Amino acid sequence: MSTATPQQENPLAVGLERLPVHPTTLTIFGATGDLAQRKLLPALYNLAHEGALPERFHLVGISRAEHDDDEFRNMAADAIRRFSRRTPDEAVLTRLLADVRYVTGSFDEEEAYAKVGEVLDAFDEADGGNLLNRCFYLSTAPMFFPVIVEALGRAGLNERDSADVRVVIEKPFGTSLAEAQELNNRVLSVFQERQVFRIDHYLGKETVQNVMAFRFANGLFEPLWNRNYIDHVQITASEDLGIGSRAGYYDSAGALRDLVQNHMLQLLCLLCMEPPVMFTANEVRDEKVKVLHAITAPTVDTVAQMAIRGQYTAGSVGAEDVVGYLEEEGVPQDSHTETYAALRLEVDNWRWAGVPMYLRTGKRLARKVTEIAVVLKPVPHLGFQQDGTQDVRPNQLVMTVQPNEGVSLSLGAKVPGTRMRIRPVNMEFLYGTAFMSESPEAYERLILDVMRGDATLFTRNDEAEAQWRIIDPIEQAWEKDTTPPATYEAGTQGPAEAANILLGDDRWRAI
Amino acid sequence: MAVAERTDNVWSERDTTPGAVEEALRVLLSERHAQSSGYVPARALNLVCIVDREWSGEIANRLRGIGRFHASRTIVCAYESGRTTMDATASIVTDGVPSPGEFALMRETIVLNVGQEHLAQLDRIVDPLVVTDVATVIWSPHGHSEAIDALLSLAQVVLLDSVDDPDPHHALARVCELAARAHIVDLAWLRTTPWRERIASAFDPPARRPELGTISGVTARIREGSEVAGLLLLGWMCSRLGWKPGPLTARQSTLSGRARGRRGEVELKLEHTPQMSVPGLAGIELRTAAGATLSLERGTGGLTARRTERDGTERSWTVLGASRGEPGILGEGLRQALVRDATYSEALNAARELL
Repeated sequence: MSTATPQQENPLAVGLERLPVHPTTLTIFGATGDLAQRKLLPALYNLAHEGALPERFHLVGISRAEHDDDEFRNMAADAIRRFSRRTPDEAVLTRLLADVRYVTGSFDEEEAYAKVGEVLDAFDEADGGNLLNRCFYLSTAPMFFPVIVEALGRAGLNERDSADVRVVIEKPFGTSLAEAQELNNRVLSVFQERQVFRIDHYLGKETVQNVMAFRFANGLFEPLWNRNYIDHVQITASEDLGIGSRAGYYDSAGALRDLVQNHMLQLLCLLCMEPPVMFTANEVRDEKVKVLHAITAPTVDTVAQMAIRGQYTAGSVGAEDVVGYLEEEGVPQDSHTETYAALRLEVDNWRWAGVPMYLRTGKRLARKVTEIAVVLKPVPHLGFQQDGTQDVRPNQLVMTVQPNEGVSLSLGAKVPGTRMRIRPVNMEFLYGTAFMSESPEAYERLILDVMRGDATLFTRNDEAEAQWRIIDPIEQAWEKDTTPPATYEAGTQGPAEAANILLGDDRWRAI
Repeated sequence: MAVAERTDNVWSERDTTPGAVEEALRVLLSERHAQSSGYVPARALNLVCIVDREWSGEIANRLRGIGRFHASRTIVCAYESGRTTMDATASIVTDGVPSPGEFALMRETIVLNVGQEHLAQLDRIVDPLVVTDVATVIWSPHGHSEAIDALLSLAQVVLLDSVDDPDPHHALARVCELAARAHIVDLAWLRTTPWRERIASAFDPPARRPELGTISGVTARIREGSEVAGLLLLGWMCSRLGWKPGPLTARQSTLSGRARGRRGEVELKLEHTPQMSVPGLAGIELRTAAGATLSLERGTGGLTARRTERDGTERSWTVLGASRGEPGILGEGLRQALVRDATYSEALNAARELL
């Protein structure tokens, strides 16, 4: 907790594209793990390369694996060379890792925290006694989140005078509402909410942030953005890949916890929220929480009408034959874990009442795409019927998050010729065509935001719990249900039963 | 996005017209699009580049080296003394062949060989060739101010390097003149960006912020010929910190003078550094009334920062950052054409007062 009093604005920072970040020491718990190696360390390198790290920055790794500083330094350098989005400049890489420190220790050992404290104090000391801000990044298995947070508290590492201390908690934030509440209680018994950054890396993606820009920087759409003009919404996050080597995690999580509870509900919030008064952390999150509160959570008994789960069987993705989920290495043969989930939600407020919000996600589907499709209501009357209008479809606005990031609007247009025949055409905006900048990796943006103390793109405690309140009954219903999930052949659109939750004439868009 | 290979469609014609070039380009785009709907034209920026034909190869090399910040449509007007007719070449370059469901960007390049009589009416020649509703940037690294003046009616941005002009007075006056008619992206200013960011960072922690009001001296070290870069940095400090600058006077290889700050006078110096191989700044030192100094110097892997306290205690560290190199600066210049930095014009005005 910082006790610093508010200061006058820094006049030298005005107009700079990259705002100053205060000197910081970042401690990564689980520094030898997959996330740290693939994402966090390369993100730190890229920030260093661009000159975006604080002028004084120190890195500390802690993990159970036995290493000394040099071994960790070499491991981090290898990871950066392997996974960085750009070829590292060796001079910058060497300087970045020059004074890196590594602490070997189990996360429940008090001694490890004492060592971390000594290292952090030494960095302060070397810095002339200036107190550096401290960030603790929990890149560990979720079971260690409360353990680490409480140990940080016992070691007195959760606050300090004249400097900020922050903790970053990776997903999943609990596996149920009860767990999320308990985790929140334990975290907030040590840290204040403003110190806690629950990360959902989806929110760091430029195209996700663009949903807000698109909605709130364009007058064109706002008049249409309600139940009077919008027929329904489809949010899709499909992958063509299977579970890879993540059977252990995935079989206990499933598609609903893995993607819907966090990423997809976040997309829904951004799509449905009211314009915040200002784009500050609490204003934005207040509006998102209102959306979540407006969604009527199903009861265990009504889940079957609004949610469907599926599991892939052997099939072909691209030109490659692939095994079914139950044949994947490490998956129990009687697993009922869903690799596909589709839901129908309703946001019961003035703007959205009666508009079905369809969400679906799955692995081993026809292709990888994350998109939000807003389907408008059809025109009330078509005057061209004598010339054939069977291809006329309601307008659709599709915001593609990945790949081919962009926005597409389908319109009816006249087919050239003597008759008045209409067919849909697309107006396309592709990110890659309109901007020369390369989007930074989501983790680069988010790590920088943590160091700046900007929590706008992070999940607040009440937001996390509100998400679980919607998902919990579905999880409970599926746990009670002894019938296996619907199946779908790998490389297809998902289970046919997914159509059962659609209302009226609604149809799933082709993946 | 697929990035597998680069492919070109090329058209050329001697003694041609802008209309013919525009039509040819449309055909080239249409042909490429017919091959695959995955080919999509980039639509971020037009770059109109006026060069001397004999040096056009060097400029082409500079543009090739800028990395990912390529203009969507580049129109090179290659000036050749004595030429009376216009020859043109149009080509399309793509990032590769798009895979199903993906896209590949197309960028267009038009090279116009022009003579003296074309330069003063370049706006009429270029107007049909730029992509409408996309920002147009003019870059004229070999002078040709008449061509720039002619193009200002259709361009929104002028890209220049104010250290190219050996006379700082003339350089800053010309930039001010252009700034009244278009947004300026000055490569000399962009070279100061890391320095400005680091100076701002040094005083950003709450404990350091009050020291801003106690700065008593600033010395910028520059390569000879990069006076404008140093002046812009000093001008930036004056404008941001509310100092009233006075003129600098030359003494051997140093320009020195004073600015009037809110709490007293601030000594300003520009010193030449003979060893520098690239344009711009070599280092900067800030001194406070309490006797502390902060210096930043070019170093390996970033800038070397050194802070000396009044009692002589000294600490140094590296502020991380990779050198962008001159091609990177040019690429950044193109990117900045789509961004507005309001602090530049204030720094520019203050820099003029230093002369």
